[in-house]
Amino acid sequence: MSWLRFLHRKRSDAELKDEIAAFLAEETADNEARGMSPDEAGRQARLKFGNTQKVRESLWAQNSPQPFTNIARDVKYAFRTLSRTPGFSIIAILIMVLCIGAATSLFTVVRSVVLRPLPFRDPQQLVMLYEFHRGAEAGTQDSRYRPVAPGDFYDWREKTSGFEDMAIMRYAGYNLTGERGELPESVRAAAGSWNLFQLLGVQPAFGRAFTESEDRTGNTVVMLTWSVFERRFAGDARIVGRQIHLDGKPYTVVGVLPSWFTYPDAGIQLWVPYRADVSPEFLRAHDHHQSKVIARLRPDVSPASALAQVGAVQYQLHLQYPHDPVNEDIAPRALNEDLARNVKKPLILMLWAVCCMLLIGCLNVANLLVARGAARQKEVAIRSALGAQRTVLIREQLMESLLICGAGGLGGILLSVTAPRLLARAWKDLPSAQGIHLDGAVIAFACVLMFAAALVAGLLPAFSTTSKKMMSALQTSARIGTSSASRTTLRKSLLIGEIGITVVLLVSAGLLLKSFLRLRSSDLGCITQNMLTLQYDLPDKKYNIPAKMNAFNEALLQRVRAIPGVHGAALGNVVPGAGYWGDFVFTVKEHPLLKPGEELPSALARWADPGYFTALGIPLVSGRFFNTDERGSRSYKVIVSRQLVQQYFAGDGAIGKHLRVPAHPHPQVPGEADYEIVGVVGDTLYRAGQEPKPTMYFPVFEGDQNGLMLALHTDSDPLQFSISVQKQIASLDPELPVSDVLTMDQVIGGSLVNASLSATLMLAFAVLSLILAAVGLYGVLSYLATQRTAELGIRMALGAERLQLFQLMLFDGMRPALFGLGLGLIGSLATTRILQSMLFGTKPLDPVVLAGVVGTLLGVAVLACLAPAWRASRLDPMKALRTE
Amino acid sequence: MRRSNSAETEMLKGTLDMMILRTLVGGDAHGHTIAKIIERSSEDVLEVEQGSLYPALHRLEDRRWVSSYWGVSENNRKAKFYRLTAEGRKQLVRETSRWRQMTRAIGLVMGEEGGAQ
Repeated sequence: MSWLRFLHRKRSDAELKDEIAAFLAEETADNEARGMSPDEAGRQARLKFGNTQKVRESLWAQNSPQPFTNIARDVKYAFRTLSRTPGFSIIAILIMVLCIGAATSLFTVVRSVVLRPLPFRDPQQLVMLYEFHRGAEAGTQDSRYRPVAPGDFYDWREKTSGFEDMAIMRYAGYNLTGERGELPESVRAAAGSWNLFQLLGVQPAFGRAFTESEDRTGNTVVMLTWSVFERRFAGDARIVGRQIHLDGKPYTVVGVLPSWFTYPDAGIQLWVPYRADVSPEFLRAHDHHQSKVIARLRPDVSPASALAQVGAVQYQLHLQYPHDPVNEDIAPRALNEDLARNVKKPLILMLWAVCCMLLIGCLNVANLLVARGAARQKEVAIRSALGAQRTVLIREQLMESLLICGAGGLGGILLSVTAPRLLARAWKDLPSAQGIHLDGAVIAFACVLMFAAALVAGLLPAFSTTSKKMMSALQTSARIGTSSASRTTLRKSLLIGEIGITVVLLVSAGLLLKSFLRLRSSDLGCITQNMLTLQYDLPDKKYNIPAKMNAFNEALLQRVRAIPGVHGAALGNVVPGAGYWGDFVFTVKEHPLLKPGEELPSALARWADPGYFTALGIPLVSGRFFNTDERGSRSYKVIVSRQLVQQYFAGDGAIGKHLRVPAHPHPQVPGEADYEIVGVVGDTLYRAGQEPKPTMYFPVFEGDQNGLMLALHTDSDPLQFSISVQKQIASLDPELPVSDVLTMDQVIGGSLVNASLSATLMLAFAVLSLILAAVGLYGVLSYLATQRTAELGIRMALGAERLQLFQLMLFDGMRPALFGLGLGLIGSLATTRILQSMLFGTKPLDPVVLAGVVGTLLGVAVLACLAPAWRASRLDPMKALRTE
Repeated sequence: MRRSNSAETEMLKGTLDMMILRTLVGGDAHGHTIAKIIERSSEDVLEVEQGSLYPALHRLEDRRWVSSYWGVSENNRKAKFYRLTAEGRKQLVRETSRWRQMTRAIGLVMGEEGGAQ
């Protein structure tokens, strides 16, 4: 009702005007009837009515709710004040957009990745189960969590009842070929047990999930994820029930997963049943640690007893297979914890950094507002002398900072619609099972930030301009301006805080950057310059015997080595620096049997062609490389790394000994697993920044490796060669897709993308903070210089040199910078300890970084002070003396 | 021009709504008539302040005790007429009885026999 009135108050005002006019006309007519002259009649009517404006105003006020009117007036007033100084307002709003936007964007990511529950049925009941290695060997807690072997899983599921259900999954890859001549493509896939989707509570968008009878060796059914369904099959639901070709074999599509389902990550394109593509031996294996197990807790069984049951089964298995790598125990991890494990720490760190930046932004806006407050000192003093309440004055000033931060918050929310998506794309490890997008909580967070920022930025200046001392503004002459002394101190302390926080950010960013550069330049033990790598996967169906694979691989090697400009070609399953890729446990045939409980030796498993080591520049320490005729039954040879020899052969005498690798039996003679050591090569790192690990190389011409990586050493920019190499592959097999055509630097960079991203983002935040602090410094000093114009004029008139004035002003500006620097360095001592675990080859108190930060900050501070100080020293003394 | 003193104005404030409603019992009227009727029937003791008449009329309309329409006055001028609604009639009865109680009580206090009757 009254709202209706409020909305219609313009109209009712117009009506009232008509009514008043009607009243006056009636009264005038009455007066005329009484015999007055027309003029006198009108005058008396108006006299009788009184002030028409007042009547209209009182009705207007009656139609508008009181607090609302006050706020509206404050907003209007603040808006007018702000638009009178558009430069200031735009800068302040931009600062807040940037700061609030960055904080909100990052919070969007943190919320999506860490805070929001997974979109599954009762997600808090889901746990990941890992095998747990109790061994005493030094290692982080994380490295003792081991993936699960399928044999272990099936035993757990069969012999325990503490969990409602358990499902298993592993990663896979296929060549997806088209029926109608579409380009072949290599897709990432996952294999999951039939009950996985039911356990997670996921309903397919079309079709159905796998059934128990479909989860059998040799079964060819497939589920599509939404991305491949949209991209490759045009979102046509009729694909369900049809066939697609994976590795040349037809698979029947039984269902399509909903668009929100991107577990475990968005790169997975297809799902197949867990048992479909593997042998029964693999399913029984207790030493093939490569799968993930998801279990759902039963509401009536405590998690501890459910875990204890599974742990007991696992311990039995461990005792049953003393010579195999079967872990003693199991350990759980919450599902979302498991997904966000790698990114949580850098995310939280960056959120802190961005909050620091926000604080700097607020201090900066506060600083600007204090300066403006000085200009309005007299106005405020006069108004309060006329009876304005202090609360009203503070409210008015707060409204200004609220408007600035409100505009900033709005811009920030808009920014965080797009920015998190960009971040998620750059950050490959970021789990995206929940999808990264804005939601109510993020908007609420932005609003809270907005109000907090408005309070921080507004309260200090508001209190300072309306303090009791303000009356002195009326007493003092502007010429001397002593009343601003306290305000100057306030501005300087704000500045010191700003610079202090900036220093902490700069030091953190510097350390992360240095650590990243260290990582980037660490020696992998092989050539990384001018190396082109690419991957291909020979499909089982077409290349069903080793001879066919070898024929293709050899033909390819021969062709690429003949390309002009190619120095060498290496063919293996993986190159150094590209990641862990898998290990095998082994024993030495000639050594005595291990005692029970003794740690089983393990080494990275690699496959290599005879030219692999030469092409990659990995040195031969002793023995020889593989021969080209070491294939088939003659291929039971192995080359080991120097570290393996040092660790297990006391540094010498390894040549001619045999490694027994039960997980990798001879392809032609199952049961036999002895490999003769023919050579020792230099150590390489599987990932930059990691310790080297013992490595063994098997001949690639064993012919049982489908997934292969080709590396070419070229004499110039390696990417120039990518077309000609792919042409050679296409001429040998036009249906074979090639994937990940990258330079070796990119491969290494890919494994360091997290370190690079945290370093880059931190650096960006730190540089922005530095710019904000510099602007703040410049602002304070310019303001000081104007305040002191008269004083400087007097000094000049009394004979001060320009150089002296210049120095005076410069030192005045540098003092807060130096204080802030000192405080910041002390603050860095504390904060960099937290960073320590993220650093590689860099101490928290790295002298180079510290010196760099001190130098940068001082340089920027001097630059920011130079202009105002210069201007102050160039003053015309006569003009300066005349300034009011 | 007589000016009503402040005590009368004060009283008017509390009872203006009631008096307006009472005036409208006799038929629809516009602002000028309402003011005139109140003045006449109080033998010119009460003078309606225009500053409170119009806000009061709008308030009454807000509460749906009166409705309004634009019509032509007895002097052939466009004027806004107010009409008592059924709701307003009930309100008038309530207000009148309260007013009676009030004046009787005040009369008793002031020592008048039988209150204001």
